[in-house]
Amino acid sequence: MTPEEWEIIRLSLKVSIVAVLFTLPLAFALAWLLARGRFPGKLLLDALVHLPLVLPPVVTGWLLLLAFGPNGPIGRPLAEWLGLSFMFRWTGAALAAAIMALPLMVRAMRLSIEAVDARLEGAARTLGASPARVFLSITLPLAMPGLLAGAVLGFARSIGEFGATITFVSNIPGETRTIPLAIYGALQIPGNEAAVTRLAVIAVLLSLGALLVSELLARRMGPAGKGGHVL
Amino acid sequence: MSFEIDVERRLGEARIALHLAGGPGLTALFGPSGAGKSSILNMVAGLLRPDRGRIAVAGETLFDSAAGIDLPPERRRAGYVFQDGRLFPHRRVRDNLLYGWRLADPAHRWMSLGEATDFLGIAHLLDRWPRTLSGGEAQRVAIGRALLSGPRFLLMDEPLSSLDMARRAEIMTMIERIRDDLRLPILYVSHDRAEVDRLASAVVVLG
Repeated sequence: MTPEEWEIIRLSLKVSIVAVLFTLPLAFALAWLLARGRFPGKLLLDALVHLPLVLPPVVTGWLLLLAFGPNGPIGRPLAEWLGLSFMFRWTGAALAAAIMALPLMVRAMRLSIEAVDARLEGAARTLGASPARVFLSITLPLAMPGLLAGAVLGFARSIGEFGATITFVSNIPGETRTIPLAIYGALQIPGNEAAVTRLAVIAVLLSLGALLVSELLARRMGPAGKGGHVL
Repeated sequence: MSFEIDVERRLGEARIALHLAGGPGLTALFGPSGAGKSSILNMVAGLLRPDRGRIAVAGETLFDSAAGIDLPPERRRAGYVFQDGRLFPHRRVRDNLLYGWRLADPAHRWMSLGEATDFLGIAHLLDRWPRTLSGGEAQRVAIGRALLSGPRFLLMDEPLSSLDMARRAEIMTMIERIRDDLRLPILYVSHDRAEVDRLASAVVVLG
């Protein structure tokens, strides 16, 4: 492994972890709304959340470019008021990864929230628990395996994100060149098979590791909850 | 008067209506499945909102549509024993038992964990997970959890229906002791005549 390759791995991990951490609250809120909420336009929200799953990633990247670009409806105020720019920055790569990971995270979390027996929540209320306490002491712990699964799926998806990222923030060494972009770049130059193989193996190990970690976490909670599986 | 209930609620096509003024002891709601017995208990517990009416227990109004009173479940101090136990699967027996006890105002607690486990014979189960309990054990834990929350009254929804004959007799003895020794007003739902004959101070037939 060359120092450049370590740098690529470090950047990939940073981008993915930041993407998942920032998406987590939003994904949970959306999952909660979709699982428990009753409001007009729920179907539309559901479709919008899942859109990145079916849209060509290059289109998602282009839409991000339009929205978060220097003259975009979101990019311009962010730059003017907060001095925040996503363009050609690792934060842009994290944003693209977050958008692409969101549907998977919402999906897993929604299923786990729907699987929580609402009658247990009723029982907790009669025992003196306020709705907030019921959420923290009953709903959240029972849904936890699914929440972990969602976070880990999101992480794995972020590690693999390619199309939206390269469209939105390009392929800049040290800034936006994550593992898939580096593999793509290396493939463009003949004689780079060894580097491609090393990065590909790392990608497989990271993805596999993420899935195994989440499964083990869920199993450790197993004796307590009923589910205990994410795979 | 322990239970004063006068409620109406439409659930789909069915209309549930009940007028009841129960004395002390155990008041049984008796009737076939689907007559809305559980819905009545849910309305008293605050888990289901009546369309109109009034619910008072031992002099305290819990719900009154005319006066705009609707106490949330956590402030009604109901000890609700469900048909299926509804123990929290992610908490050991001890933490199930103490769930309501910890939330209760200390002044409202009238039983300690030790007293409850002695009374119900469940001291040896404290470190077990709910899914490892037999039906009878789970039901006794559920009763203990309800008693420990410091309730003013008990709601019991067919607490014997999932048990075999031997366990039934045991839990019935337990319920008689709650009725006679602890003197808690109990609203008890059942579709079993023998059960009702043995336990009830008053019977209300539904359906």
